[in-house]
Amino acid sequence: MSGAGPAVLAEGLTKIFGRFTAVDHIDLAIAGGEVMGFIGPNGAGKSTTIRMLCGLLRPSAGRAFVAGFDVARKPEAVRAHIGYMSQKFSLYGDLTVRENLRFFGGLYSVKRAEMVERMRFAITMAGLEGREDALVDTLAGGWKQRLALGCAILHRPPVLFLDEPTSGVEPEARRRFWDLIHELAGGGVTILVSTHYMDEAEYCNRVALIDRGKLAAIGTPSELRGHALGGVLFELECAPLGAALSILRAAPGVIEANVFGDRLHVLLADATAAAHLPSLLAAASVHAEPPRPIAPSLEDAFVSLVTRAPHMPAAP
Amino acid sequence: MSLRRVLALAFKEFLQVWRDPRSLSVALLMPLMQMVLLGYGVSLDIRRVPLCVEDQENSAASHALVQDFIASGWFAITAALQDEAALRTAMDRGQCIAAMVIPVDFSRVLDDTGQATVQTIFDATDTNTTNIAIGYAQGVIQLASADFAARWAGSHGTPLARVGVVDFEPRVWFNEGLDSGNFIIPGVVAVILALVGAQLTSLTISREWERGTMEQLISTPVQPLELMLGKLVPYFAIGLFDAAFCLAAAIFWFRVPFLGSVATLAVTTSLFTFVVLGIGYLISVRIRSQVGASQVALVLTMLPTTLLSGYTFPIDQMPAAIRALTFIVYPRYYVSILRAVFLKGSGVVELAFPMLALSLYAAFIIWVAARAFRKSLD
Repeated sequence: MSGAGPAVLAEGLTKIFGRFTAVDHIDLAIAGGEVMGFIGPNGAGKSTTIRMLCGLLRPSAGRAFVAGFDVARKPEAVRAHIGYMSQKFSLYGDLTVRENLRFFGGLYSVKRAEMVERMRFAITMAGLEGREDALVDTLAGGWKQRLALGCAILHRPPVLFLDEPTSGVEPEARRRFWDLIHELAGGGVTILVSTHYMDEAEYCNRVALIDRGKLAAIGTPSELRGHALGGVLFELECAPLGAALSILRAAPGVIEANVFGDRLHVLLADATAAAHLPSLLAAASVHAEPPRPIAPSLEDAFVSLVTRAPHMPAAP
Repeated sequence: MSLRRVLALAFKEFLQVWRDPRSLSVALLMPLMQMVLLGYGVSLDIRRVPLCVEDQENSAASHALVQDFIASGWFAITAALQDEAALRTAMDRGQCIAAMVIPVDFSRVLDDTGQATVQTIFDATDTNTTNIAIGYAQGVIQLASADFAARWAGSHGTPLARVGVVDFEPRVWFNEGLDSGNFIIPGVVAVILALVGAQLTSLTISREWERGTMEQLISTPVQPLELMLGKLVPYFAIGLFDAAFCLAAAIFWFRVPFLGSVATLAVTTSLFTFVVLGIGYLISVRIRSQVGASQVALVLTMLPTTLLSGYTFPIDQMPAAIRALTFIVYPRYYVSILRAVFLKGSGVVELAFPMLALSLYAAFIIWVAARAFRKSLD
């Protein structure tokens, strides 16, 4: 990696497919050893951004540098310095664990002398001891994902791009996968990881929220939680939800109201506004428990940010 | 160019073919089946033409004539008929495609005048077969006539003027038996190689796209040329194995005379295999679905190889425009090389032109195919 600059730098990065702008002027700087989370709904542009950073898609506008190399001008240099896990599992199911590792080791020109040790490391990391000669198709989802990570880090890349690595993997395996990510980051690897699990965002050093191709907010999880909302959050159990939602959204002092599971989260300009909500709802024959103040989760912050986009300024 | 990467790709590809029953059967069973089907099925010779005989005389002379027909091997007597009506029925039922009527006074007229007539009737619904059968019948009768002339001269003391005045004995070169199998079977090898080679490689890139493994592959530093070479190495080995099998079958099983050298065969076969694999690879790069790629490969290899290579339809007899077209049909060069090596024993010097043509083809295809692949999802 070159110099002290950021490991990943994007300036006005844009991708247009025909008449559709998938990624719209994204600016991003990720420091060495940082775990950056990419959060956003499906189709927000997370994968497209990652693919541009890997040199798999050509940016329509803007520039990006990965490990100091321009992704548009030096895609091969970029590829030699990154590890990539695509969204869809993309190892060879008809090859064994060992054969996959050996294949990618060969493609990344890992020195033969180091190969044995690198393979052992990857197998241990993925917890695949004893399954080295199993066909990959026969492995469960969590093992496949860890093997994919193992293949992506065989050549010790300084930068890792992981595109929804934990989607479709059971919670226990997801937690284990995040332990691995932190282990790698502890060793100085810069990691950009996208996910649609909100709880996983909490594991990142910083989180970027992507919505409709734009960077809606970026910051540490606590920064986003604290600053993004700009009000006091209450939880409200009531029924029916739909009727309650439309009444609350029109009520004075309510910044916004959103459905969270079987209840509502209501953002109020100040706490005193909470007092008159039950009577307001009762008047419209909506049954409601008294509102309870709650600490906002990241999910609250994201829903709030996405609902108020695009005029919402990015959090610090 | 990194040899390490080429070898990693080649080994991976080999493992995948080895573990995929479909690829393996295309690689190993298809040549065997094709060799049997095409080797036995496609023959321009007609043997044992079904023949019905209405022998009105039933004499020693008429029996001798019928015997001549049987002994030739070209005809098989399927029925002896009593009258004209039975002949019609036999032909309608497809019991025979040729019939012969020996008149009731056959031997008497023959002995008196030294000349007799037998009527032969042919079912001309398949004109090609009929023409050949007529030729055979003429041959048999000509030989019988010559025999008879010799005997007549012996018994009458004077030679018979009308038959055997000109001693016509045609002589053919290179394929002395005029066995069309000797001519066709070397071509069968070209057909099989083209079919199998292009089928195998046409799927190699589209399979990676369809399974989603391509995205991972192109995120590595692998170069397009490395990818192509790595992927072609195992198929080249399979192609040469198949070629060796087919050529051995042609020589040892179908007994096609082999006058040339194995070295010439090896060099030219390698060249042709390279071209075929390159075309399959190019198709694979261009067409991202396996089904589509396989279809296009079939059309681009099977059609020109069977129709325009001169494998069954002689190029000399094609219209001028089509004949000109055959010069860009790569299998024609290999088909003509194979025939020349087998039947004439030609070496690389005599085969310089078709070999040069194949080399140019190979170079062109490789150049285009290596360029056609883009490491991009755009």
